[in-house]
This record gives sequence, C-alpha cells and structure tokens, in this order.
Amino acid sequence: MGAPVTAPAPPAPAPPPAARPRRRAARRRALADTATAYAFLAAALVVFALFSWWPILRSAVLGFQEVDFASGSTWVGLANFERLLADPLFFTAWRNTGLFTLYALVLGFAVPFLTAVLLNEFRHAKAYFRTLVYLPVMLPPVVVALMWKWFYDPGPGLINEALRTLHLPTSAWLDSSSTALVSLVIVATWANMGTTTLIYLAALQTVPGELYEAAELDGANLWQRLRHVTVPQTRFVLLVLLLLQIVATMQVFTEPYVMTGGGPQDSTVTVMFLVYRYAFVYNDFGAASAMSLLLLIVLAVFSALYLRATRGSEE
Amino acid sequence: MPASARTLVRPAVLRTRRGRLVYWSVLAVSLALFTAAFIVPLYWAATGAVKAPDELARTPPTYVPQEWHPENYARAWREMDLGRYFLNTVVLAGGAWLVQLAVQVPAAYALSKLRPRFGRVVLALMLVTLMMPVTALLVPVYLTVVDVPLFNRNLINSPSAVWLPAAANAFNIYILKNFFDRIPDDLLDAARMDGAGALTTLARVVLPLSRPILAVVSILSIVTAWKDFLWPLLVIPDPARQPLSVFLQRVAPDTPLNILMAGLVLASLPLIALFLVFQRQIVGGLTAGGLKG
Repeated sequence: MGAPVTAPAPPAPAPPPAARPRRRAARRRALADTATAYAFLAAALVVFALFSWWPILRSAVLGFQEVDFASGSTWVGLANFERLLADPLFFTAWRNTGLFTLYALVLGFAVPFLTAVLLNEFRHAKAYFRTLVYLPVMLPPVVVALMWKWFYDPGPGLINEALRTLHLPTSAWLDSSSTALVSLVIVATWANMGTTTLIYLAALQTVPGELYEAAELDGANLWQRLRHVTVPQTRFVLLVLLLLQIVATMQVFTEPYVMTGGGPQDSTVTVMFLVYRYAFVYNDFGAASAMSLLLLIVLAVFSALYLRATRGSEE
Repeated sequence: MPASARTLVRPAVLRTRRGRLVYWSVLAVSLALFTAAFIVPLYWAATGAVKAPDELARTPPTYVPQEWHPENYARAWREMDLGRYFLNTVVLAGGAWLVQLAVQVPAAYALSKLRPRFGRVVLALMLVTLMMPVTALLVPVYLTVVDVPLFNRNLINSPSAVWLPAAANAFNIYILKNFFDRIPDDLLDAARMDGAGALTTLARVVLPLSRPILAVVSILSIVTAWKDFLWPLLVIPDPARQPLSVFLQRVAPDTPLNILMAGLVLASLPLIALFLVFQRQIVGGLTAGGLKG
C-alpha cells in the first residue's frame, strides 16, 4: 500500500541575511499550518486511537490475562491457552475453519474466475450478467442465511426440488454432519462471488489483445491461450484476491451462527464461532482473546504474504 | 470497453457459421443458468412469502403460488413491528455514514493537501490497521466500547458503539486521499491567494471536485453498516434498539415461514434499490482501492 505521498516543497536556497525575518515568519507559518492540519486530523486520530490502535496493542496481551470488569485485569500466564487446549472443540474449530477455507478456495476462487473469463467473451447482455452476479452482494448476510436455510430444507426446499427435477441425487444438506460445512461454503460463494467476479472482469480487460494474437501465431489453442496468456497476465489480481479471500473466509461467523448454530455434531463450529461462544456465552474473555490471538497470528502470515505480493507488483 | 476488443476467443471464429452457433448456444445456456442461480432464489423467497402455511409445507413445492396472500407483507410489517427496526437500522447506518464523512474527509484532506509534519507516519499507522482482521479484534474493541479509556463511558446500547468504530476505517481515508492527491495544488494555492482558509478551501474547492469519490465512500459505508450483523449483535443487546439483521435472526425460530420470508424480502429492498440506482458508483468502488491488473 505504498501510497505515493507527495513530498513537501524543497526548501528555498539559503536567503541573504536581509531576508532572515522573512524566514522566521515562514517558519511560524509552517508551524501554524501543521497545527491547522492536526486540527483536521484530530477526530480521526481520536477514533483510531480508541477503536483501532489501542485494541490492536491490547490484543497482544489480553490472551495472557483474566478480564474482570469490576476489579480490572490480572496476569494469568498461559492459563487461558491451557484451558483452550483442554477443550476438544478447539481442534474441531481449527479443522472446520481449515476445511471451510479450503472448500471456499476451490469454489469461491475458481468459480468467479471462470465466470469472469466466460462473461468477458460475451458481446451481449453484459450488463444483465454483471447485475445478476452482484445482486446477492447487496443482500444482508443474515437475510441470505435465513433464506438459504429454508432452500436447504430436505423436503419442500428449493435445492432438493431442483435436483429432483433434474433427476440428480438429493442431499440432507445442513442436517448431516458430512455436508453441512460444504452447504455453508455454497451459500458464502453465492453471496460473495459478485465482488470477485467484477474485479476479475476489470483485470481481464487490461490483457492486451496482441498477446492472444501472438499466441495464435505460435499455434496455441483456446486452452493454451487461457493458461499461458490470461492467467499470467492477471496473476497479480488473482494472487491478491486469493490472499484476501483466505483472510476473509478464516473469519467466517455469520453463516454457521445463523444457519446451523455450530451443528450437527459440531461439524460447523469455526474459530470465530468459538471466540464468540467463549466471550459472550461463557463470559471467558481471556480464553476468547487467546483464541483470537492464535487466529491473528495465522492471518498475519497471510497478510504478510499479501503485503509482499502487492509490493512486488509496484517494482 | 469497445465491442471490438480482442479477448480469448479468435474474432475470425465468431464470424464463421459454426462459431456463431456455438457462441449463441453458450450465451443462451449461460443466460438460463445465471438467471436460475441468482434470480430464482429471490423469486422463491418473494413468492414463498405470499403462500399459505399449508402450501409452504407441501412436498413437492408449488412453483407458482396456488393461493395468493399478498397481505402477508402487510402482516409481516405490522406483526413483526418492522417499522421500528427499519428506523433503528436507518439510525445506525445513516449515523455511521455521517460520522465517517465528518471524520474521514478532513483527515484525508489534511494528509493529502496540508501535509503536516509526521503526516506520513500517521498515514502509515492508519494503513497498518488494514492488515488487522476485524473479527480477530472483536474482544479488545468490545472491551473498549464497554469502558472507553480516558472518557470512562460505557457505549453499550448507544448508536455511537456502532458509529465510532466504523469511523476508524483506513481504507476510506486511503481512497479519499488518493483522489485528493490528484487535485492540482495550483487550484488550492489560487484559493489561498484569495484569502481562503483551509476549511473554506476544503468546502469550496476540494469537495465540489470530489463528488465521485464521496459517492463511493458514502455508498460503501451505508451498505456495510446496513449488512453488518456480528458487531450490532454484541453492542446493542437491547431488543428494542437492534437493527433488522439482529432482529430477524433473533425472531426467526418463532416466526411462521411465510411471514419471515416477507420480512426478509422487505429488509433487502432498500439495498437492492440503492444498487439499481447507484450501480456505476458501486462497481467503480470495487476498483477504487487500486486493484488493477
């Protein structure tokens, strides 16, 4: 995110002695300007300090503390982590989150990219397609989750009815521990793929047409052109969205909370779900913070990769 | 994009008979598939809302309602007291929008045009927060809201518990600043020569030129606040003050399905309307962060 910050105007060449009072006046004006600037920044500095910087610093230590609203926090060493490790759901939550992220990448990464490649070829109805895929992004996630909970109903639900009409096998969807997690990934992909599809579409339009022509002269077929021209040319956007998607899906909460409540048989308990339960059901803010800290470290690795990817492109 | 832009498929192929046949078949299949995937679910919810309860429970379901009960929408509005929750959501989303503009526009202007000492450090510290996953900071931000340091205030159940954390959004400041950077300094210097102060310059010169980016930031902040669920669930425990998302999730298990679907459809309408009106700005906002190929 190396924003090009315009450097302040270079200092004027050393003025003759007679100009010294003028220089002092200039310095006073520069000071006044800085004061004005910080007056404009004041509100932002206060909200960042209170609701961003201070919580970030605090997140590093809360995992090692016991939080008590009345008497304040006390250091408890690794006790929070020990309590987490003793909870069998701890490993379940990490496994489910890992699986969710994996499925979300297979679906939520491949489907939008291939959709964008397809839509980019169309000479008709482009606006209609774009509106369609983006429409679910505008729906509140809770609305999406509650609607799909009904669509997944194995009996009168929309999904199984569609499958029956097409003579395809039906499924228990949310009611079975083996399909519940995948069902949630399908909903999340349906709801969010509009954003990634449109970003890919914008990236595809920057691929120079001459490259396709050159590949054709070398005898490349459609598949080879996709592999050796389209993918390398959009590599940067693909990589950035891949990492952003990993970071977003590892924090999944609303879908399991609204649609399955973590079930059946804990098959949809995710890391954030467990953080929520520790903090706001068990009132154990220490263990919740310890869990958040672990998630933060895992996500920090991906964020670092993201930073490296974005920096690499600017050079 | 001009219609002639070269893409993956060879243009010469599209001019052959066979090529045209394949093109139109793929287009037709895609139209059917995408409409089925994205319109049918919405149709299903909107028509499910007007069905009678016994019709809804039937297997296989009816594709077109046999009996129409459009009054279910009015019933949902009345029985669920949706007016109150719409108002709550408007207060939260509208307030978040205004607070964000009031905080972020002056900050971006200061960083872009007034360029104070340590301005780059401040910007870097703000951008670093973008690397922090929001939900992983849930507990410390919640603890801050329960007892705001220095001010010793408990913001639980107050709309500012939603407004203020939303204002600490580095992405908006970043895209605003990027836009302001492209306004020539000469324009601002000219205003300054005429004796305009920093505030007047912002209001008279910068803001009128910045309508496109202000639209993007406004829509982003309103849509985000309207869709939000987890944060208001935590900081607005008072049932009477909750926004639509939290309310609908809470009452869903005890609401008849057709009434619930009517409520869900009604809760989605404002954002869908916003999307259809401001589609260009919303899609433009996606690439505003500089995510270009």
